[in-house]
Amino acid sequence: MTRAFLAILKRDLALASRAGGGGELALVFFLTIVVLVPFALGPDLNLLSRIGPAILWLGALLSMLIGLDRLFQGDEEDGSLDLIRASVLPLELAVLAKGLAHWLTTGLPLALAAPLLGLLVALPGEAMLPVAATLLVGTPALSFIGAGAAALTAGLRRGGLILPVLVAPLTVPVLIFGVSASNAALGGTIPFATPFLILCALSLAAIVVGTLAAAAALRQSG
Amino acid sequence: MASLIDLANPTRFMRYSAVLLPWVAGIAGVLLVVGFYLAWFVAPADYQQGETIRIMFVHVPAAWLAMMFYTMMTLSALGTLVWRHPLADVAQKAAAPIGAAFALICLLTGAFWGKPMWGTYWVWDARLTSMLVLLLIYLGIMALWRTLDEPSQAGRAVAILTLVGFVNVPIIKFSVDWWNTLHQPASVLRLDGPTIHASMLWPLLILAVGFTGLALVLHLVAMRAEIMRRRVRTLTILEAERLDRLSAESAPA
Amino acid sequence: MSDLGPHAGFILASYAAVTVVLGGLILSILLDHRAQTRALAELEQRGIGRRSDRSRS
Repeated sequence: MTRAFLAILKRDLALASRAGGGGELALVFFLTIVVLVPFALGPDLNLLSRIGPAILWLGALLSMLIGLDRLFQGDEEDGSLDLIRASVLPLELAVLAKGLAHWLTTGLPLALAAPLLGLLVALPGEAMLPVAATLLVGTPALSFIGAGAAALTAGLRRGGLILPVLVAPLTVPVLIFGVSASNAALGGTIPFATPFLILCALSLAAIVVGTLAAAAALRQSG
Repeated sequence: MASLIDLANPTRFMRYSAVLLPWVAGIAGVLLVVGFYLAWFVAPADYQQGETIRIMFVHVPAAWLAMMFYTMMTLSALGTLVWRHPLADVAQKAAAPIGAAFALICLLTGAFWGKPMWGTYWVWDARLTSMLVLLLIYLGIMALWRTLDEPSQAGRAVAILTLVGFVNVPIIKFSVDWWNTLHQPASVLRLDGPTIHASMLWPLLILAVGFTGLALVLHLVAMRAEIMRRRVRTLTILEAERLDRLSAESAPA
Repeated sequence: MSDLGPHAGFILASYAAVTVVLGGLILSILLDHRAQTRALAELEQRGIGRRSDRSRS
């Protein structure tokens, strides 16, 4: 069972590292959004550093959503989803492997790149690490909430835009606590740990709920 | 046998709902007329809010109904996923636009009430924000219904989304509460003010029941329309298959 | 009701919004109901409903 789990994980990682795999594209998209914001707001560094965490979080959220609709669609089209359904591995674990691979190829690079992009929005040095940390623990929630929605729309040919519409309202809590933890690190009345721990809890809950929902959705569509 | 039960249940629903509809509609109509009469001509103006209190009489029932319909959709989602009841996803599909409409009414009347009382149409207050997110979830559910063609498959997909949304709505409410207290000082405007007086409570309750009745009537009619739509769909497919078979038989001859 | 005070515009606007949204909802549901009734009646008139009922049972 572990071997099947690892096989799916390895396969998805290999697919993502090929050309057009989406991983590095999400990163470029993230960079583009962060670059666009100062053009819209004007180059006021004080303003930018105040809303810097929010910009980074919004950019990360959008970049995560951008390729999510392909998470199960490719497997549905070439039939590998049927093989996964028929294998001994419970569908929940298969979803977990795919979600994990998605996070490793998008969420993790985004979190690692965040300090560099933080320079662009004049984030103070002491806030770099906390922002990257919040993204690190917060992006799994986005991956797995998105996996649920991706499973619901797996069979759709024209489902590109519906996925963000479904996912966005559900990510409100993650966004709130991610940004407020980052802001707490920038100085505020509350300690950093309070919102950060809630963010961790949200992520864990999202992994469970998202995996179960995605497996249920894949089961009923197959 | 199972398909016979599947067929029988909606048929029985069509018969009973046809009997029930005029009664519910009549009662809802009477209650709405009485309620609006009391709300407009009998209830006094609030000593703080003045005549704008008249907005409350539609605002509050709309908020209740928006939440009640989501709860009902969640129960229907359970009915779809656990018991596979054929009426459950019909009920759920019919409920989504009604719930969305009441959420929209709640937001619009709230904005028109907020402007004279608070000085702004919109505040990023916890209750307003969570109602807005609820409206977004309603819209997402309606969008998913539209994109999936096959009704029973769409029903199960939407049921999963509804359940996930139901888990998320309290979390959203709680996190928005938290977020609000972080960003705004304690001067957040409070609505509760003085406890509501009987001369306003009665029209409000009567109108709430009346609006619930109206929503039920709309829900029943929408469910009937949905059942008929599915029957039309099945019959059309069967007819197309029959024609297909006929032409296949006649072609070699 | 004779005098709505200084905020009459807002009160009337909110009731207008209710009328528009609820009216639109009621109208769309009733129109849909009528369209489906007609479609079903037309199919049954062509004798399609009966045959499928028999083939199903």
